[in-house]
This record gives sequence, C-alpha cells and structure tokens, in this order.
Amino acid sequence: MQRFLLAACTCVLGFAAAIAPVAAGAKETVKIVFIGPLTGGNAALGLGGRNSADLAVQLHNGDAKAKYAFDMVKLDDQCKPDIGVQVATKAGADNSIVAGVTHYCSAVAIATVDTYHKFGLPVIVWGAVLPAITYGNDYPEIHRVNGTMINQNEQNAKLVTSLGYKTWVIIHDTTDYGKGHDEYFTKFLTQDGGKILADFGVGADQQDFTAILTKVKELNPDVVYFGGLTPIGVRLRSQMDKLGIKSQFEGTSGIVSDSYIQALGPISEGTIAFIDGAPIEKLPGGRMFLEQYAAHKYAEPPEAYGAYAFVAANLIMDAIEKVGPDRKAVIAELAKTKNHPSIVGPVTFDDHGQNVVPIVTAYVVQDAKWVVWQDSDYAKGKRKLAGQK
Amino acid sequence: MDAGVLAQYAFNGLMLGVIYAMVAVGFTLFFGVLDVIQFGHGDVVMAGAFVGLATYLGLGALGIAVPAFAVIVVACAAGFTMALAGAFIARYLVLPLRTAPAFNTLLVTLMLGSVLRELVRLFYPNGSNPQPFPRLLPAAAINLGNFTLRLDSTILLVTGLVTIFVVNLIVRRTRLGLAIRAVAQDSETARVVGIDFERVVLVTFAIGSALAGIAGIVYGLYYNEVNFDIGLLLGVIGFSAAVVGGLGSIYGAILGGFLFAALQTIGSVALPVSSAYNNVFAFAIVIMLITWKPTGLIAEPASERV
Repeated sequence: MQRFLLAACTCVLGFAAAIAPVAAGAKETVKIVFIGPLTGGNAALGLGGRNSADLAVQLHNGDAKAKYAFDMVKLDDQCKPDIGVQVATKAGADNSIVAGVTHYCSAVAIATVDTYHKFGLPVIVWGAVLPAITYGNDYPEIHRVNGTMINQNEQNAKLVTSLGYKTWVIIHDTTDYGKGHDEYFTKFLTQDGGKILADFGVGADQQDFTAILTKVKELNPDVVYFGGLTPIGVRLRSQMDKLGIKSQFEGTSGIVSDSYIQALGPISEGTIAFIDGAPIEKLPGGRMFLEQYAAHKYAEPPEAYGAYAFVAANLIMDAIEKVGPDRKAVIAELAKTKNHPSIVGPVTFDDHGQNVVPIVTAYVVQDAKWVVWQDSDYAKGKRKLAGQK
Repeated sequence: MDAGVLAQYAFNGLMLGVIYAMVAVGFTLFFGVLDVIQFGHGDVVMAGAFVGLATYLGLGALGIAVPAFAVIVVACAAGFTMALAGAFIARYLVLPLRTAPAFNTLLVTLMLGSVLRELVRLFYPNGSNPQPFPRLLPAAAINLGNFTLRLDSTILLVTGLVTIFVVNLIVRRTRLGLAIRAVAQDSETARVVGIDFERVVLVTFAIGSALAGIAGIVYGLYYNEVNFDIGLLLGVIGFSAAVVGGLGSIYGAILGGFLFAALQTIGSVALPVSSAYNNVFAFAIVIMLITWKPTGLIAEPASERV
C-alpha cells in the first residue's frame, strides 16, 4: 500500500512538473553559439560581432510573441585555425546547440567547414570573406551573409586604377585569406592595366618588415597593397612611415577596423580599404541597429562586421521559430532563404549558401575615422592622397 | 643597388642585430658562469617590456608626461625590476638545481618562460591583445637619398650598443667581472680562493636579466608594439645566436646576434623564394654553422687536466 502511494505521488509530481512550465507560459530555451576572435590581434572585430549577435538575441528575447527564448553560447577561436577546430568540435558535439554564428577570420572558417559538416551543425558565417568557405564545398550546413573577397578586389582594382596610379607592390599574409586576396587582386589589377612590381608573402605573426619595406622603398611603387588583417596592417604602415616610404597604402576588409586607426594615430590618414555591403548608417535598418546597440551600452563598438553578425543571428532565430530547434530542419529552412528582410538589405542564399551581395563600399581614413570614399574630401578633390597630382 | 638602399638595409640589420645581441649576451653569461641555459630568458625580455609599459601608464596616471624623463624612468624601471627577477630566478630556481642533471634546469627555466607568458596574457589588462608602446623618442628624420636616418632609431641603436659595451666592460675590467670570469672558468677553485660563489651567480643573473629588460624597452620603442608572446621567438633566436657565436664568449654572442639579423635580412629580400621563408633560411644556415663548428665561431679556449 505504502509503495503504491509513493509511486502515485511521484507520478503526480512528475506530471505537474512537466506541465508547470507550459501552464506558466514559459518559453523553451534554445541554445545557439557565437564563435569569433575574442582575444588576440583581431579581438576588436570579434567582440563587435559578439556584441551585435548578443544584441539580436536580447531583442528577440524581449519580444513577447516569440515562441522560443534563446541563449547564446560565446566561444573564442583566437583567430587560430587549430583553436577554431577545437571550439567548433565542442559546439558541434553539444547536441543542445542548434545553430551557430561563426567566424571572422577566413583562415579559421575554412578550417572548420568539415567539422560543422561532420556534426550537421548549421552555421552562418558573419565576417570571413574567403570564397572557398562557401564555394569550395557542397556542404548544406555552411552559409554566409557577408560578401566574398572576389567582389571587393574587383572594385578595389577599378577604383585605384581610376585614380591615376600605375605601379603596385603587393604584400599579403601567407594564410588562405592573404593568398586569396593576392590571387584576386593580382587578377583584377592586371586586367585593369596596373603594373605589379613585386609580391611579398609574410607570416601571420611576423613582427619585423624593415627588410621587405627597404626593398619596396627601392622599387618606389605608387601604391602598396596589403592583403591581410589589422595587426600586420598596423605594423606595415608604421614601419613604412619609419623608413620614409611615401607610397599610398591600401588594404582590404581585413584592416577596416577602429583598432587600425587607434594603433596608428595620425599615420593612418589616407589609407584606402574596401568592405562588402553598403555603409550601415545609410541602410534603413542600420540606424535602428546603431541606436539599439548604443542603448545596450556595450563596451566595444560594433566594428565593420557587427551588422552581419546581427543579421546572421536573426536569420538563425527566425528559422528556429519557424521549424523548431532541430538542426536538420534549420538547414532545410535556411536553404530556402530568399529576399529575407534584414538590416543589410534582402538576404538570398544561392545554391552554395552564399548571400548574393552586389554592393562593395570603398572607405578612406579621414581625420581618424573610416569615411565612405564618395563622401570624403579625397574623392571631392579637397585633399590629396599620397602621390596624386 | 644604390648606396642609400644599402645603407638602409645595413641600418635595419644593425637594429635587429643589437636586440638579438642583447638577448644572446644574457644566454652566454648564464652559461659561462653556471653552465646553465636559461630558456625563459626571451620571456624576461617580454616581461621587461611590459614592466616598462606599465611604468609609463603609471607615470601618465600621475600626470607626468615629459617624454625624455619618462623614457629614462621606464628604462630604469624595466632594467631594475628584471635584475631583481634574474636574481630571484638564480636564487630559487637555478642554484638549488645545480647538482641535479642539467636537463632539469633546462625544463624548469622553460616552464618559467611559459609561466611568465601566461601571467602577462591572463593578468595584464587586455594581455592577450597586442599593446601599443608609446613613442617616447623624438621622431626627427633626415633623408640621405634613399636612406632615411631617424633620430629615435639611432638613439635606440646607440643605447643597445652602449649597454652591451658596458656589460662587456664590467666583465673584462672590474673586480666583479674578474670574479665572474673566475667562477666561469672553475667554480671550485674560485671558491677556494675566497670568491663568494652564490653572490657572483646572483649578480651575473641580475646583470643578464637587466640587459634583457632594457632590450625589451628597445624592442617596444622600435616597433611601437609589444605582445605577450614576443619572448618565444626572441629566446630561440637569442639562444641560437649565442650558440653560433660560441656559448660563454660575449664577443661570440654579439657576433651571433648580428649574424642572425643579417641572415634574416638576406632571407627576406635576396633569395628567389618568398620572403616568408626568411626564418627558415636563417635557421638552416645556423644549423649548418653549428654542425661545422659545434663550439661556436669564437670558441672559448678550454683546457682539461687529464
């Protein structure tokens, strides 16, 4: 008799516990992961992306109409491929994580595609621009909201040749990212009639560039192009100044960051670079994003790719709201993404999960800020770049 | 190639070389006096740079902003703190292990290097990110054709050379130096003639580590950036330079340091392969040199009574 009563009580309690959350109206919590370089030389961009993705989650959780409450796990890939694979494995193996907003560094993103495919974890890349991440494989798990370096370098070559420059020296880092930039920029520049005097590869954590830059000084090109990330961009520009090299300096999306300007101070003036997408302030959703970001008082600015991390997080949450917290269902749902509204414009994934982003924006550093090229004094002729008549 | 460009290469090589030489001299002093390789020496350079950076920030907080004054205070702080650190390492890590197999000291100092690196990475604010180092020296420059001679780089080069010269002077011309050389030659006999062995070892480690601390400041002022892991490669290069030059000989360490810098420069620009292979080239040549002359280019004359 006692045992029967005990069993009955347990059943009733268990049943009550099971229906209590539903009865109280609590939402089911779903876990998603954010992976980016939270420490190391590119931390500024990683933290900007993390904060932006977190903002998306906070705004979504504040919406009473949402079916699910989201919890974002944040992992640090340190911009190192081996660490990236470790954290990707950790996220993929954790079955409670449904999807991921992943990677700023291309070298890491390309290393982890196989890991996400192995675990069937749907991910959306928010900052890495290497084309091979989406086009080098047929994995349905991999998507990307930002553009690739192909467009960037095409526009880059067009703009700088139109400014009257004739000769270049290309410096690039030896990761897949740097080599990709080297390949595409060389191709487009030669097409547009630019002459490449020399091409140098440098290690991703190299400190001293004085030997290479002395050679550059000897060759005296009009422009020095750098395909790589902010830490090396800073060192190169600083050592160029030390050696008295007067060539114009230009880079890629890898150096568009506030940390570039902060580290160099006045030396950063006049640097040209390109990123995908239209400037965030000009888009209708962009102002809302910046206002909400400021209202949430994050310690670090969103930086160049924060808006894309925001969009990626929202895409994932919208997909989960529609089909539930199931990895396979989310993959199927993301594949159907067509003209999905977002703060960077309508997002459409092609057959490789790549968002078709036609716009590339040129920027120039003016008065310690990255200013859109068209709006700058340089484009209007009020100020001159290095070597311009 | 015109004279200006050649001069620029030479100057760059000298700057790199003086930093490597300062690290190599430390290695050679420690080996000379105690037959010990202090594998954490590169990280002592890094620690010196960070102590200097913290001192500068402290001065800033106190409102002292005169660059000339700041640079002297920063250099002294780094040198002095690292001297204390060196004496501490000698007293508590190296001396107690001098009767143990040499392998143990090697391991312990290697681990010490790791500990220093991780302490900075974890406990210095934002330690895992590269830290901008202040520009404290005048930036005036004169252009001699293709060669840009900058005042701040020249000051750093001269400082580096002078400190190495001073250390050499101490070792060659003072009584303390005589005691150091005596202990290096034969510690038993040195003790018999009344030299305080422990004191000499502590002072030697202090001098070598102070030199490393100043090397850290020179590095920071030259590149305007320091990072928690600059000690790794610097330690390896400094050690190789000391070995190539001849472990135990200060002139050898200086030669080794400048030689390595020259090899790196040649590897960056004068070879048909990509400039990213400069370290591969430099280390390959160093391996060949050590294989050809195992005791170094300026080998210490040693005699053994049989």
